Formats: sequence, C-alpha cells, structure tokens
Amino acid sequence: MNYLLGAFKPACNVVITFNDGKNRKQVPFKKENGQMVTVPLFQSQENIAGKITIEPMQGKKIDHNGVKVELLGQIEMYFDRGNFYDFTSLVRELDVPGEIYERKTYAFEFSTVEMPYETYNGVNVRLRYVLKVTINRGYAGSVVEYQDFVVRNYSPPPQINNSIKMEVGIEDCLHIEFEYNKSKYHLKDVIIGKIYFLLVRIKIKNMDLEIRRRESTGSGTNTHVETETLAKFELMDGAPVRGESIPIRLFLSPYELTPTHRNINNKFSVKYFLNLVLVDEEDRRYFKQQEITMYRLQEETS
Amino acid sequence: MMLDGTEDEEKFLAAGIAGLQQNSFYMHRALDSNNLRDALKYSAQMLSELRTSKLSPHKYYELYMRAFDQLRKLETFFEEETRRGCSIIDLYELVQHAGNILPRLYLLCTVGSVYIKSKEAPAKDVLKDLVEMCRGIQHPVRGLFLRSYLSQVSRDKLPDIGSEYEGDADTVADAVEFVLQNFTEMNKLWVRMQHQGPAREKEKREKERSELRDLVGKNLHVLSQIEGVDLDMYKDVVLPRVLEQVVNCKDELAQFYLMDCIIQVFPDEYHLQTLDVLLGAYPQLQPSVDIKTVLSQLMERLSNYAASSADVLPEFLQVEAFSKLSNAIGKVIEAQPDMPTVGVVTLYSSLLTFTLHVHPDRLDYADQVLGACVKKLSGKGKIEDNRATKQIVALLSAPLEKYNDIMIALKLSNYPRVIEYVDIRTTKVMATVIIQSIMKNGTRISTSEKVEALFELIKGLIKDSDGIPNDELDEDDFKEEQNSVSRLIQMLYNDDPEEMFKIIDTVRKHILTGGPKRLPFTVPPLVFSSLKLVRQLQGQEENPFGDDASTTPKKIFQLLNQTIETLSGVLAPELALQLYLQCAEAANDCELEPVAYEFFTQAYILYEEEISDSRAQITAIHLIIGTLQRMHVFGVENRDTLTHKATGYSAKLLKKPDQCRAVYACSHLFWVDDHDNMKDGERVLLCLKRALRIANAAQQMANAARGSTGSVMLFIEILNKYLYFFEKGNLQVTVAAIQGLIELIMNEMQSDTTTPDPAANAFLASTMRYIEFQKQKGGAVGEKYEAIKVSHAG
Repeated sequence: MNYLLGAFKPACNVVITFNDGKNRKQVPFKKENGQMVTVPLFQSQENIAGKITIEPMQGKKIDHNGVKVELLGQIEMYFDRGNFYDFTSLVRELDVPGEIYERKTYAFEFSTVEMPYETYNGVNVRLRYVLKVTINRGYAGSVVEYQDFVVRNYSPPPQINNSIKMEVGIEDCLHIEFEYNKSKYHLKDVIIGKIYFLLVRIKIKNMDLEIRRRESTGSGTNTHVETETLAKFELMDGAPVRGESIPIRLFLSPYELTPTHRNINNKFSVKYFLNLVLVDEEDRRYFKQQEITMYRLQEETS
Repeated sequence: MMLDGTEDEEKFLAAGIAGLQQNSFYMHRALDSNNLRDALKYSAQMLSELRTSKLSPHKYYELYMRAFDQLRKLETFFEEETRRGCSIIDLYELVQHAGNILPRLYLLCTVGSVYIKSKEAPAKDVLKDLVEMCRGIQHPVRGLFLRSYLSQVSRDKLPDIGSEYEGDADTVADAVEFVLQNFTEMNKLWVRMQHQGPAREKEKREKERSELRDLVGKNLHVLSQIEGVDLDMYKDVVLPRVLEQVVNCKDELAQFYLMDCIIQVFPDEYHLQTLDVLLGAYPQLQPSVDIKTVLSQLMERLSNYAASSADVLPEFLQVEAFSKLSNAIGKVIEAQPDMPTVGVVTLYSSLLTFTLHVHPDRLDYADQVLGACVKKLSGKGKIEDNRATKQIVALLSAPLEKYNDIMIALKLSNYPRVIEYVDIRTTKVMATVIIQSIMKNGTRISTSEKVEALFELIKGLIKDSDGIPNDELDEDDFKEEQNSVSRLIQMLYNDDPEEMFKIIDTVRKHILTGGPKRLPFTVPPLVFSSLKLVRQLQGQEENPFGDDASTTPKKIFQLLNQTIETLSGVLAPELALQLYLQCAEAANDCELEPVAYEFFTQAYILYEEEISDSRAQITAIHLIIGTLQRMHVFGVENRDTLTHKATGYSAKLLKKPDQCRAVYACSHLFWVDDHDNMKDGERVLLCLKRALRIANAAQQMANAARGSTGSVMLFIEILNKYLYFFEKGNLQVTVAAIQGLIELIMNEMQSDTTTPDPAANAFLASTMRYIEFQKQKGGAVGEKYEAIKVSHAG
C-alpha cells in the first residue's frame, strides 16, 4: 500500500534555470492550454546554459537509472495532435545511475545551438522549442520536466527591396496603377504607397487594404491551406475620378505578424499578402493580391 | 416624397447625434481618467457617425458641428497627454491605427494640430502630410467637411511671416502651398457633388452645393489673410494656381462663385497689378457662367479703389487698366457668340462706369466704350429684351450722372449711335433722362452744334420713329413727355444774338418734324425764346454796318411767321392766333409796322377761317382787341382797317350778350392813354351806343322768348364804361348821357317784367357808391361827378 501511494506522488521537484535568466529578454508565450506565460527569448547560434536542481520530497530518496537533459525543436500538426516531429534534438547526460538523497544541482550547457526556425503558433501547426529533463526510474516511472523558450531570428535590412508596382484593370470599367514602396517589410514597418486611378466607371464605395496570412501545412495531396485576414484597413471613402492619387500608410505594429516562413522542414509555410480591395455601391468586390515578405528586423538598442 | 425624405433625414440625424453623444460620453470618461487607449477607441467610434451617407449637406453640417465641438476637447486632452510624457510622434502614429479612414483622418488632423504647436516638427511638414493624407476621402460631402476641419484647425498655425510657427526663407510659400492644395482638393470635391445621385434630383443637388460654397471660398479668404502674401507672391503663385483650378474645374457654379471670391477677398491693388492674368481667365470660363456679373463687380471694385484716393491713378495708367478691361470684355463677348444682349450691354455699362470713375477727364475712353458697344450691337438689331433695355438705360445714364452736364455727353460721338439700337419706348426713356439731367443741373446749352446733337439724342420725344404710331402711349404720359421737351427749349440760351438765332433755327428744324400732336407743345416755347431774343436785340442800337448775315428782329419775325404757320392749319388754331398776337406786339415794340400788320392779318385769317367754336371765338376776339389796343405802330389807314375788322367781328358773335361785351370792349381801341393822336372820343361813344343798342336788342329777345326781360347786367356794365371814359376826359361822354343811362337802368329794374338779379343789384349799388365816392373827393374830379344826380328809389 505504501508502495502504491508513493508511486502517484511527485517524487521530487525539478527546477530549470538559465544562467542569464535575469538579463535575458522575456516574451509572452501561449501554452497548449491557452495559458499565457513569459519565457526567455533566444536566437539561433546562442549558448543555452543553466542549472537543473533536483530536490527529493521530504524524507524520500530517489533511485534512478540516470539523469539527462534534452534540447528539442519540434513541429506539431494539429490534425495529428500529440505527435511531434523533432527537427532538433540535443542531449546532455547529467548523472550516472544512483541515488539522490538530498537537493542536487547539475550544470548544463548547449553551445552555439542551431535553431534555424522561429517559434510559431498557427492555426493548424505550431513550432516550439523546449528543454526536457528526464529522471529515468524504470518501473517507478520516470520524472519528466519541460521548460519552453522562444526563438526569434533577426535579419538585417535586405539589400534588395524593390517596390511593388502593378497596373490592373477591368476592361472599360476600372483601370488603376498601385504602388507599395517595398516588397519586404519588417514586423514594425510601415506600408507606404499610392493608388492612381486612370479610369473609373464603376461607382466605388470604398477601398481597403488587407493584410492576409496564408498558412499551408502538409505536402502533396495532403496540403491544407488556411487563410486569415489580419488587418482590414480602409484607404479610401467614396469614388475618385480619373487622375486621383490616394495615399497608403499602414502601420504594421498593431498587428501580430510573424516573419514569412518558407517550407519549414517540408512541413509548413507561412506567407503574407497585401490585398487591395475595391467595393462598389452594390457591394461587389474587386481585388488584387500581392505577396510581400515579412522579416524580423534587429531591434535598435537605444 | 419630399416630405417623407425630410422626415427620414430627421430620424437619421437624430440617430447620428445620439450615437455621437453616447460615444462622446464614454470618450469624456476616458479623458477624465487619462485613459488614452479608451479615448482613442471611443473618439473613433464617435467620429464614425460622420461616415453616414443618409444626410443632406445641410443636416450633415449639424452633425459635423457637434463632432467639431468634441474634437476641440480631444485636442486639449492630446496636448495634456504630451505634457504627461506621451511622445507626440507616437501619438501621431497611434491615431493612424484606426481601421476606418474617416475617423482616422479627423483624429490625425486633431493630433497634427497639437504636433504643430509642440514645434517638434516644422509646421510645413505636418501640414503637408495632413493635406496629402486627406486625399483618402473621395466622397464629396464627407471630404469637404473633413478638409474644412483641416482648414479650421490649421489656420492659426500656418508658417506665416510673424507667426510663431514661422519657418525658413520659404515659409510663406509653404503656408501658401498648403492652403492652395487644400483649396484645390475641396473645389474638386465640391464640383464632383453634382454627379452624385439621379439626374432628376439635379436641381436639388445644385441647391445643396450652393449651401456648401462657403467651405470652399473660405480658403481664398485664408490666403488673403496670410501676412506674407505680397503682390509678387500673389502674382506669381496664388492667382495663377487659383485661376488654373477655377478654369479647369469646368463647373458653372464653382466658376462664378470663385471668381467672385477672388475679386472680393484680395486687395484692389493686387487686382490692378494682375489685371492681365485675371482678365485672361474670363473667356475660358464656361459659357453658362454669368461673366457679366463677375466682371462688373471687378470693375466696380476698381472704380471704388480709384475713388478712394487720387494717388492710385498712376497705377491705373501704368498698368493700362482701361485698355486691358476693354480688350478683355471684347474677348469675353467673342468667346460667347450666343451671349444675350443684356450681357453685352451690362459689361459695357460696367466698363463705362469704371471709365467715368477712374478717367473722368478722358472722354475718348468713354466714347471708345460706347463705340465698342455699338459694334457688338450692330449684329443684333433692335434690342427687345427688357433687361437689356434697362442696362442700356444704365449705360446711357452713367455719363449724365457722372458729369451732371449733358454737354460732356454730347461730346461722345457714339452716344447717339447707341440710342439707335433701343426700342421706341427706351428711346423716350433716355430722352426723358437726358432732359431731367439738364433740368436738375441747370446745364447751359449755348451753341447750335450742341443743340443739334442734343436734339438728335432726344429725338425719341421729338418725332415719331419710322411709321410707328404712339397708340400705346396714353394722353397724360404724352403730355408729360412733351412738357419736358418744352421746358428744355426754354433753357436753351446764348448771349450772342447770332448764335442764339442759330439755336432757334436748329430747334425749329427739329420740332417741325414732330407732327401735329407735338407742335402745340413745342412751338410755343420756341416762339417765346425767339421773342426774348427780339427784345434783346431791340435794346441794341441799330448797327449801320451790319451785313445781311446779321441777326435782325425782322429775320426772326420771318422765321416766326413760318413756324407759327405750321400750327394754323392743324389742331391748334387758337394757339396759333395767340402766338401771332404775341409776335405782333413784339413787332410793335420794334416799330416794325409791316411785320406787325402781317401778324395781325394772319391772326384775323385764323379767326375767320379756322376758329368756329363760339366759345373760342369769344376768347379770341378779346385777345385781338386787347393786343390791338396796345399797338401804337400802325398808321391811320392800317389801324382803321384793323379796328374796323375787330368791331365787325365783335358785332357778329353768336350771342347778343357776347356781342355787347365785345363791342364795348372795342371802345378802348379808340382811346389809348398817353397817345393823344390815338384818342377819338366820338368813335368811343359810337361803340358804346352800339353796345347799348345790342343790349336793348338782347332785352327784347329775352322778353319775347321768355315773357320776361333779362338781366340788366349788360346796362350796368355799359354804365361803368361810360363812367370810365367820362373820367378819362372824353368830352363826347356827357353828363346827360350818363344820367339817361342811369334812368334807363332804374326803370328797367323797377319793371314788373324784370327778373330779379342779386348780382346786378350788387353791381349797381357798388357803381352808385363809386359815383358818390368820386363826388366827395372834391377837386376837378369831384366837380365833374357832382353834376351827376343819383336818384334813390325807395
């Protein structure tokens, strides 16, 4: 009976700390259960080092077959929830089989870790990074503890960043030229542009600029696409006449954007589009969609 | 339908106001607790009420004004927020996160105002951004009001010279550029309003548009208030840009209104110095634009400017204002071949007014204007449009009013040519105006050339136009206008006899074309003017060296004879007779017996041949007797002829009493005071006795006709004549004769057949009192009267 009781109680407390935890930037992170927590932020090529403390419950000892810590990069498809695909897996052995009678602290270090993909929480897929501590105890039940952290990878401003110029029209109805000042935007950037009206024969009610995110998961015949409209930003109210030029200025900071992801480990992609939508007085929509590249710009330290 | 629409609008407005008030309530709570996030949220929701398309511009204005009041408070909050540490730059970005564009832009303008005040960025940069971003509203009404808001919050923050927001060297240009841009966009939106909605509501839309015009025009007012807009900037930047927009918008309502605004809000000096540019725009306006009104207002303003100070005249001359205006008007009219006559005349009328104000000494300019007007009218024939007619009257009246001297107007050679294009009625109106001008100002018209020109101008009153009768004119009006001509003729005068004679001859030539209805009005004043000249000449000594060209009374009398003769055979023989007698008397004063005799002959002929009405005959015969009595120039033979004729006419009057009175009046023909050679007591007595016989005959006729004798009034009248001549010393009138007459009267009055006559009784009584009075005077007269015994019956 005592044996059974012991089997169901946590045998020990496991605490994972990072060596530079106090100075490192913390960012919000939503766990599987929807709870928001703050976790450390890392980027690729950084050292991930810290301490793991194992403290037995009062009056108990822990017989184990070894203690290890793993750094995992995982992709989970929501249609196959619970099954993780590990694209990164690093292991550090912390202790040999033995007994733990009192609090014991192990140091760990993963040097210059390649974490090529950013943490991502999407509609059908998520990509995450965790530290996993395992106290192997065979039949007694191993003790496993997780610590999430976020990875963001910064890019310098692109050397080539052409503006987007497009001329579109409907024969004898509508003819416009529009221009976005860049094709690549950072997450706190501003979309600046103009729409020229060369021919207007429809009764336009208004014009919006939408930011759309398209998430595609799977591959081949199993590809699944989910599109979200993140922003619906009105550019124009009323009908312009030929020759009018309408300004575009859309700040990106209010919106929760991520960098563009292209074919992450052949599992998923995340792309962004600007969609120019004209609505006429009978609520018919005329639109033109244009892909843009989102990147995360190194933040200024000032 | 209209009622339903109005009611619906009221509901929509009420709903909009309710929504606005609710959100402003929450906004105020956020402001009070310094909650920026909520303040932005609720203010954006409040402003969303302005996104409606269900209100007419008038109702939308009400909603806008309420929102405006709230935005004032929000602006104050934003200022306080920046003082609490919030970066204005961050705030400027923050308000741009709003998803709907109209609230976003109102908030942007509001924060922009605070941004300028903070001076953390140059005013020009903020303004430039705002005016550019507002392009996002292309709905005409919503866009107009938004830009109106921008204009309001910015007008005290323009980077003008002297402003606390003054920038670098180009600061004024920056301020001007901002206002011009906003104006341009507002005008485009305003013009575009006309295309919104179904065609059947076009008129309603134009009315609505008109209600909003001040929102657009306000920009021009702001431009005129910018301190740094000097003449050069106005000339090089402001005016060309504004006119470009005005011309290119191709909208009648906007063009008319904005041209008027330009004229009203900018200084006169600027208009004068940019006259080329301003006038160059007029031919480019839409044909339907009422250019004449706008141009007229411009010329009126310039006229007033010229009148304000004598110092500005060189400016007008330097810029050649007159010739530019003239050319511009010509071009405007050419650009619109279909311009109605009223437009053409209005333009020239305004130009003439301008000319008279600015260049009163340049008659050639005024005449040039009239000439140009004539040229334009020459292709249109007679003016039939009432409004055009009024303008013509204004055009032609302008010189008269300006100079108060018809003589100056007469120097305008094109003046009469303009008159040729008006209809009959207007010709008369103008003639009347001219005459009134002369009367009012006492203008002296003193040469025959001027008279010639004047009568050409007023010929509408002088004669009938080609074959068109005066049936339309009622008699009173006709008399009134002819009386004014008469008064005019009286005023024509020159001290020099030669010139005065020419004047008379000129007038005569003109009035003789007037026809039978006019001559009775116009000949008399001419006759009297002529006689006045005769009297003037009479006072001068005879010039033995005068040649045949000299004016002499005889010449004048010849002219008068011909002139009066025109009255003889037509409607006014009585008038002609009177005039002949007047002339005869004048000739008498000049000792011209043959002339006087001729005038009397003409008078007598008229009496015999033309005057048949017995009443008229009575009047005429007394005039003849009266005039003849005063004549002293006649020799014995002529006088006998004329007096014999007169007494003969008297005795032939229809009624006995009239005969009696005329005959006893003739007695005076034979007794002229101060002329002893013209005293013939015997013939006086003969007349009186003849009168007595006629009186007796009258009594007998009355007795036979009515069974009673008539009044003794005639006898009493004759008695008074007896006494008159008795007192004058006519020895033929004896006491016995008087005594006998008195007894006759007494007997008649006491006769049973005599009709009682209180008037006769009174007359007799006063006659008797006169005799007694004279007796009591004593002296020679007393002695003479003493011999007359007056018997009182009862």
